[in-house]
Amino acid sequence: MADDAGRLYGKPEVRIDGAAKVTGQARYASDEPVANPAYAYLVTSAISRGHITGMDLAAAEAVPGLLDILTHETVGKEAKPPVGPDQKPTTTTLETTQVWHDGQIIAVVVADSFEAAREAAHRVVVHYAPETPSATFDSPGAEAEVRKTDEQHKDPAKGDAPAAFAAAPVKIDARYETPTQHHNPLELFTTTCVWDGPKLTIYEPTQTMYGLKAAVAKQLGMEPADVRTISRYVGGAFGSKGAATSRTVWIAIAARRLKRAVKLVPTRDQAFTIATYRAETRHHLQLAANRDGKLQALIHEGWEVTSRPSSYNVSGTETTARMYACPNIATKVNVVHADRNTPGFMRAPPDTPYMFALESGMDELAHELGMDPIELRRINDTQTDPVDGKPFSSRSLMKCFDAAAAKFGWAKRDPKPGAMRDGDWLVGYGCATSCYPSNIGPAAARLSLTPRGKAVIQLAGHEIGTGAYTTVAITVAGGLGLKVTDIQVFMGDSNLPPVPVAGGSNNAASTAHVAAKACEEIRQKLALAAVQNNAGIFAGADPSKLRLTDGALAGPDGRREPLETAVGRVAGGALEVHVENVPEGLPPDAAAGLYQGKMAMSRGTGRKDVTAYAFGAQFVEVRIHALTREIRTPRIVSAFASGTIVNPLTAYSQYMGGAIWGVSSALHEATEIDLREARYVNDNLADYLVPVNADIDHLDVIFVPEEDSRVNPLGIKGIGEIGIVGMNAAVANAVFHATGKRIRKLPIRIEHLL
Amino acid sequence: MRPFRYEHAADRAQALQLANGPREATASAHITAPIQYLAGGTTLIDLMKLDVMRPEVLVDINALAGQHGAIRADASGLHLGALARMADAADDLVVRRDYPMIAQSLELAASPQLRNMASLGGNVLQRTRCNYFRDPSWTACNKRHPGSGCAAMDGVNRKLAVLGASDHCIANYPGDFGVALAALGATVDIEGAGGRRVLAFEDLHRLPGDTPHIETNLKPGELITGFTVPAGPWTRRSLYLKIRDRQSYEFALTSAAVALDVEGGVVREARIGLGGLAAKPWRSHEAEAALKGRPLDEAAAHAAADAALAKAAGHGEATFKIELGRRTLVRALLQAHAMEV
Repeated sequence: MADDAGRLYGKPEVRIDGAAKVTGQARYASDEPVANPAYAYLVTSAISRGHITGMDLAAAEAVPGLLDILTHETVGKEAKPPVGPDQKPTTTTLETTQVWHDGQIIAVVVADSFEAAREAAHRVVVHYAPETPSATFDSPGAEAEVRKTDEQHKDPAKGDAPAAFAAAPVKIDARYETPTQHHNPLELFTTTCVWDGPKLTIYEPTQTMYGLKAAVAKQLGMEPADVRTISRYVGGAFGSKGAATSRTVWIAIAARRLKRAVKLVPTRDQAFTIATYRAETRHHLQLAANRDGKLQALIHEGWEVTSRPSSYNVSGTETTARMYACPNIATKVNVVHADRNTPGFMRAPPDTPYMFALESGMDELAHELGMDPIELRRINDTQTDPVDGKPFSSRSLMKCFDAAAAKFGWAKRDPKPGAMRDGDWLVGYGCATSCYPSNIGPAAARLSLTPRGKAVIQLAGHEIGTGAYTTVAITVAGGLGLKVTDIQVFMGDSNLPPVPVAGGSNNAASTAHVAAKACEEIRQKLALAAVQNNAGIFAGADPSKLRLTDGALAGPDGRREPLETAVGRVAGGALEVHVENVPEGLPPDAAAGLYQGKMAMSRGTGRKDVTAYAFGAQFVEVRIHALTREIRTPRIVSAFASGTIVNPLTAYSQYMGGAIWGVSSALHEATEIDLREARYVNDNLADYLVPVNADIDHLDVIFVPEEDSRVNPLGIKGIGEIGIVGMNAAVANAVFHATGKRIRKLPIRIEHLL
Repeated sequence: MRPFRYEHAADRAQALQLANGPREATASAHITAPIQYLAGGTTLIDLMKLDVMRPEVLVDINALAGQHGAIRADASGLHLGALARMADAADDLVVRRDYPMIAQSLELAASPQLRNMASLGGNVLQRTRCNYFRDPSWTACNKRHPGSGCAAMDGVNRKLAVLGASDHCIANYPGDFGVALAALGATVDIEGAGGRRVLAFEDLHRLPGDTPHIETNLKPGELITGFTVPAGPWTRRSLYLKIRDRQSYEFALTSAAVALDVEGGVVREARIGLGGLAAKPWRSHEAEAALKGRPLDEAAAHAAADAALAKAAGHGEATFKIELGRRTLVRALLQAHAMEV
């Protein structure tokens, strides 16, 4: 692969779709114009366990403009059951009369207008045979089981951790909890379906164009080729749009019944129950060290809530076991089935909750040892994966700590809890390690180049707000020696070549490598033609020495042939290539699977050669009012080393957003569950708190330079998830420093500090 | 949301005529009333979309702003038209100087967009944010369906009332401005089919008792047209302290509206309101009495706070608000005392 693809990396580049977004020209799924749509409104269950015994539809049917009501009775048999985010059985909706959880879709009302559909939906009377539900951990009837290991999830272990823990001189033994959280992307979970004969087009915001296509085709018994998904822009996803959900097939069926386009824009409160969420977790963490701080034992057991039929879990012990040098490690994960919707991916799904436990525990251990928390991490830093002995592809953790600590002014910290104060405000400094595994998947793309030096790249990529269009354009501009403005990028359409799900921070690496490969293929074709052409200036030259640069094919001696000549020689209109890239270590059928919506992924923790992670260090200052105990976060400093940074401008936004979300996760966010009814209660943006601008004051992001030739050829580790991971514990650690109170359950609130 | 008829009132007379129809049930502040006045709509439209309120007729009174939208201060006090927008009152220079508590209670509420829309008259009638009230899929809510029970009592109730609640309802009054009005002894001007009357603001809202669905003492068809905040030597040394989980766009967990007339370090008069904590806009005469004639020091502030929360009763998650309420009042009193006036 030519290095040229990375030529423009590291230079801030404005989003090529920025103008379209800020002027309202960018089309999100529900903005796509369709002819004469009917409007759907969902009826969702008011109980969380039981059966539907009947529905009174007469009042709804009397609403002017009402077109159709889909229920279990009318359409239940028309779709096969869906699968969950883990591709295994999940809760059903209209297929049966069973109610698995609060807010389950139980009917779809379709009318000529949104207003009529809503009114009719409100007039549907549902009769239930309710059963007593189990809400969460400790609820009567909740069923816990040890999570079985499989290809995805292992239980990292080494040595004899219980014995080492018992024998060690310094130890902590603590339990932590994280709450239920919902993504709450501003763009709701919309679906618009249009049939053209046997062919179905679905406009739906998604992080998995081909995954959605395959899932719907399977549920409807269709050929995947007859299903097209379109999602050019996504208004926030964060994992919530990373898998197909139940709603889509019913909207497709509604459109088929009416022979008319049907559009669904569900409500905010429905978003809490018709999509996924981050399940609440519990942790038992035992850490033991010698007096010099060297870890001797790490035992981490986790519990995660899921629905009755699903065993979806995130198993963050894969990460916590690998953070620090430790000779004895034991891990275990349990799932607890309750009457809830199935959880799913949410930013750094495993790492956010599990690293909260580990990094809180490390802070507790440092306090126990009378040691600076950064020093404790330095003493236990390692360049070798402590679980299996593989080298880290690169690990710049302590560089991140040093850079962030210097910027933050960590040296001014008085280590004694409660010692720092400014007027009425208690001051606390806290820090924690951040990390995320580096993943890369197979991808395909089509790239064309014209003699006039304009390129078009097409791939079914996902712009979820991360700047994905621009990342691809930067890569192609570098690879073809053009300007970023010369590149047109088409994504968000399953008629284009497939790329993996936009999740697990793989997007930049996966799409950049396939784009780079396409550029190289074009370069090779042009170079070969140039050296074989007896009349050209490069006749007989070594084709491997010819580069595309500044709109020309250039030789090592400085001779240049304009693209007009070089491309014109092989194509009158445009030279086009279709390429597939399968990262090293993945099976050869990985590309074929991609077309079927299957997700083969080279994971940072599952490779044969190295363990690949991005690392970071996150620092926060908290201020807590001495009397009324409000918790403020005036300063946040994060440093990350994530290998190659494609576009520092959008990377900064990603890191910054992650850090803010970490504060949110630590202090604000929690979905409140009515324990008697197993129902979400604060299902709106006024009561589900996220920080407002006033809550985030000074925020710094430091890019720690890192070159990593082992993680993948372009050295891209991914940046999407890491920003949130360390902040949860950093905030809790700062609260401890300010008050002497160790809060092990998130979110930390005023009442915990009174 | 259900279909409704929209009526536009050009003036007060027409508004009253439209709202006092031939039917038994005319416009009222009760959630089940078939006719509702529409001003900013920031609560009403919300609750209609949620299917909590299903009025048949909306009488738009925004055109009454000419008659009842003025903000005016004189020797007797501050006169606020009911159709004045929250933002207008919060930005008014005289209000900010002479009644800082009023200005702060307004500008610490909601978001700029909402403050630009919401009227003062509508603001004081803002309904509880109790999640069980705002979601009709919960069957037990004595406010929505008298006699159905209170799902919040043993449910998610962290933000609900610890003062003035009953066995039938623990919803809290969520607003801020109303707390300031209660504290300062304001009066409310009301117009109805039978003419004009003036009510002490403290008497506008009712405690839930066994009729939590009846939230105010407004009679059917009556319309709030304005408020008068009496002048007093305490209004300049006044503030509104709001404690919440985030720094903006959130309802109060607890709040304290404090006005002090201090002479030589001794409190001559105090006016004290509490927000977030109570079933209605809450004035604490007990705390005022505890301070009267005492030097304002930490001990006095604590004594006042103890008096204010003496009758508080917690329900589940909300119990911490009793202690937080005390501390909020202590802090507000000490801050008000330290004000440069």
